[in-house]
Amino acid sequence: MTKTNETRIDRRFAALKAEGRAALVTFVTAGDPDLETSKAILAGLPGAGADVIELGMPFSDPMADGPAIQASSLRALKAGHKMRDTLAMVREFRKTDNDTPIVLMGYYNPIYVYPNAAFLDEAAEAGVDGLIVVDTPPEVDGELCLPAIERGINFIRLVTPTTDDKRLKTVLKNTSGFLYYVSITGITGAASANPDHVEAEVARLKRATTLPVAVGFGVRTPEQARAMAKGADGVVVGSALVRTIEDTLTQDGVATGNTVGSVLSLVGRLSAALREA
Amino acid sequence: MASKEDKAADAKRNTLRAGPDAEGQFGLFGGRFVAETLMPLILDLETAYEAAKNDPAFQAELTNLLLHYGGRPSPLYYAERLTEHFRDIARDAGGTGGAKIYFKRDELNHTGSHKINNCLGQIQLARRMGKTRIIAETGAGQHGVAVATVCARFGLPCEIYMGATDVARQAPNVARMHMLGAKVNPVTAGAGTLKDAMNEALRDWVTNVRDTYYLIGTAAGPHPYPAMVRDFQAIIGNEVREQMMEREGRLPDTLVACIGGGSNAIGLFHPFLDDEGVAIYGVEAGGHGVEVENGHAASMSGGSPGVLHGNRTYLLQDAEGQILEGHSISAGLDYPGVGPEHAWLKDTGRVNYVPITDKEALEAFQLSAKLEGIIPALEPSHALAWVTKLAPTLPQDNILVMNMCGRGDKDVFAVAGYLGIKL
Repeated sequence: MTKTNETRIDRRFAALKAEGRAALVTFVTAGDPDLETSKAILAGLPGAGADVIELGMPFSDPMADGPAIQASSLRALKAGHKMRDTLAMVREFRKTDNDTPIVLMGYYNPIYVYPNAAFLDEAAEAGVDGLIVVDTPPEVDGELCLPAIERGINFIRLVTPTTDDKRLKTVLKNTSGFLYYVSITGITGAASANPDHVEAEVARLKRATTLPVAVGFGVRTPEQARAMAKGADGVVVGSALVRTIEDTLTQDGVATGNTVGSVLSLVGRLSAALREA
Repeated sequence: MASKEDKAADAKRNTLRAGPDAEGQFGLFGGRFVAETLMPLILDLETAYEAAKNDPAFQAELTNLLLHYGGRPSPLYYAERLTEHFRDIARDAGGTGGAKIYFKRDELNHTGSHKINNCLGQIQLARRMGKTRIIAETGAGQHGVAVATVCARFGLPCEIYMGATDVARQAPNVARMHMLGAKVNPVTAGAGTLKDAMNEALRDWVTNVRDTYYLIGTAAGPHPYPAMVRDFQAIIGNEVREQMMEREGRLPDTLVACIGGGSNAIGLFHPFLDDEGVAIYGVEAGGHGVEVENGHAASMSGGSPGVLHGNRTYLLQDAEGQILEGHSISAGLDYPGVGPEHAWLKDTGRVNYVPITDKEALEAFQLSAKLEGIIPALEPSHALAWVTKLAPTLPQDNILVMNMCGRGDKDVFAVAGYLGIKL
């Protein structure tokens, strides 16, 4: 539905393709471990080498995510984080960065009760480029996906090893921005997939779509990122960053002087690995 | 004269029993809100269930199992002393009321509750689909025991997710599951109750989706589970219709059942939805009272519509759409959601949903034990507590059926604790 090179996401992937390297897509949860620290991490991500930013919308029951991301959501919620804070973070980020795409990722319920139209209006106005809503399959596109596209927001879909060629057509129908290949059946932060197998799957997807394909789930180290990037247009790293945040906190879950730096340093190493690839 | 097809179409339009629609929705509620990994499997399950439902061999085998293994039909029992008790109360208040009380004895099924009806149906379906591993979630453990039982019976490995809090308060059922060869995984996330167990079961399913069948215990979750579980539980209401015609020569006037996710209730209610003269009550867990914030598990009386665990339904949630844990004395009722068909029946007004507090349920528990010699589970004790309020206000010729959906063996230790009885 969206023509190429119309959105920040399209422009970013086109530019990286010209550079001949894969995008580093980084995931952090908004408001983790507190709003100020989270804002500092977000502001530092592009400089550290993040090409696309996924910002998690905290949810109490993230059924498709592993313990690391669930814990990050619960830290943010415990600190009093609200959906309007997530949107305000994007609005503030846009004041100094008009190029780095931001994709909000999460579950449907906090959007549904916002409700949908108000959420989408505010997200578009704040400068959100894309949405990943894990529990809204193409079967319910009328509710959120199509209204998002009307507002110029890309709706990014997950494709998994259980998505066969027939279903892939359904999944691709209203997808724009990029396609997110989940390299394992399982939750975020679980075991890593075999890079050779992933390469073959990405090739299968590329035969079905011209959209960029980013690979995620189970990518933790710069070496893994480099291996997964083979043939793909992007690599998503989430649980490893969120765990790095967790590791720097005090026993009471409070941010320390190391929190922002540790995350950005890992992003830097991941980015360097992709640039060397 | 209208053709047979026209009549069938008319009947469908005029019935409350035709749901869900093609999208798996009951009005606004229901649907399929799951991660992409699960979608192909959910669609497969729907196809497999439709085929099984229409296969006489499948139905015959299920009927045979329910009869000889499950212990159906369960008796319909006239609770004479309770009936007299309520009539005395009415008389003391200067009235002439006191409905005639019947219990549908689903606590007499194999494994001690209505849960086996659904498990026998779904295990047959899982085998038909060639699945080699079964997972399930459980709250009070009645569903876990029923799943462990059918897995033992058919030789399939089984893992049960149960909140750590519930593992502690439902120890007898945990022991049963172990004896039946199931692996019980305590879940420590959140408050360690049914919601958290369901999250973990979904995570297991996402990870092992190809060989694993997720045997959901209540009429909730993504389509087709709510419809499928309802169909397997509708045997309760169908038997009541037949048994009541034999005993009283007419249908009952009033139905009462407790609601957690709502599987026993929808099983009793569904065959009667089109009988306008039958008043229907679903009893939710009011915990410390619906006015106490997060102190209850009455998602319809004290919640709002939202999306969780694969379906849209009434949920206990805050203004931000974050799910609340809820509270009930009964581990089988403290789920923050409810089956989507109930959500729809609430909004259409066909069924009345009412809350009952922990305290009222405990009083009803003792009343049943002392007057009828039946120790009920804490879940149907909620239903009985509503009967206690309702029956004295109804005329004596009002026939009321309450589903005694589980027995209280599992709750003996917990209730003794609440009553200060030293064991």
